[in-house]
Amino acid sequence: MIELTINGVRKQIRKSATMADLIIELDLAGKKLAIERNGDIVPRIAYPPTTLQADDKLEIVVAVGGG
Amino acid sequence: MDELIIAGKKYQSRLLVGTGKYRDFEQTRLAVEASGAEIVTVAIRRTNLGQEAGQPNLLDSLPPAKYTYLPNTAGCYTADDAVRTLRLARELLDGHDLVKLEVLGDPKSLYPNVIETIKAAEILIREGFKVMVYTSDDPIVARQFEAMGCVAVMPLASLIGSGMGILNPWNLQIIINELRVPVIVDAGVGTASDAAIAMELGCAGVLMNTAIAGAQQPVMMAGAMQKAVQAGREAFLAGRMAKKIYTASPSSPVDGVIGS
Repeated sequence: MIELTINGVRKQIRKSATMADLIIELDLAGKKLAIERNGDIVPRIAYPPTTLQADDKLEIVVAVGGG
Repeated sequence: MDELIIAGKKYQSRLLVGTGKYRDFEQTRLAVEASGAEIVTVAIRRTNLGQEAGQPNLLDSLPPAKYTYLPNTAGCYTADDAVRTLRLARELLDGHDLVKLEVLGDPKSLYPNVIETIKAAEILIREGFKVMVYTSDDPIVARQFEAMGCVAVMPLASLIGSGMGILNPWNLQIIINELRVPVIVDAGVGTASDAAIAMELGCAGVLMNTAIAGAQQPVMMAGAMQKAVQAGREAFLAGRMAKKIYTASPSSPVDGVIGS
């Protein structure tokens, strides 16, 4: 297992998991979202080939009501 | 046809609305519909991990075929956070590049930090974003944003969510007179007459959220705001009569009054 930070929370995930795996694990599949990894946007097409690394900092966001 | 043009795109409605603070997505949808708005702001926030499955999504209530989303940077206090938020928004909305930039300076007043806002605008414009910028009602700053290439300048009428109305119509007037890009009053409108006054001054549009969502009956207020913006716009185009200070002028004929 490796540990990383997702939306400010420390999480454990299996070693060599991809971004696509993580989305399924977090029950976010099919949701309209965007991901930043260590300060850079990860485009949707890059989810399957992106392997997560220990201490990655991820921000996973959605659109919500706002003014 | 009197259309609002922002970054080359035409809009029939000059009322832009936020989608925050509603009871639920259904009320949001009904209020947005009643407002007649075509541009709706949305915020970008961290998803709730593990609690999202099956939850309704705001974007499903407001179909992209019908509305132009305007992702905002509400809650950002640095240029860096604002830029990161809008890069995420562009990815989230499939390359959509029209954005509302706001960088706040103080959590109590929510007053904009124009220095950080300028820094963020520079980066965003360089990256191809079309920036509608929330700012103070300082005419020099407004001119600066236009010169940088912002597609709309959006000065506050009063503090965000305060409903205090238009506190400095004189500054707004200077900004409207000097800029060529649309000037849209953003923040501070409390009721229909505030929106009408903004439009009578010559604003290109009005952006509001709490004035509608915070009304006792939001959907009814949304309709009132649509009418106020239209009425104010038409009054502006019609050109108001000159004010005659302390000089009355009868509307009815002076001659032929009985008993004279």
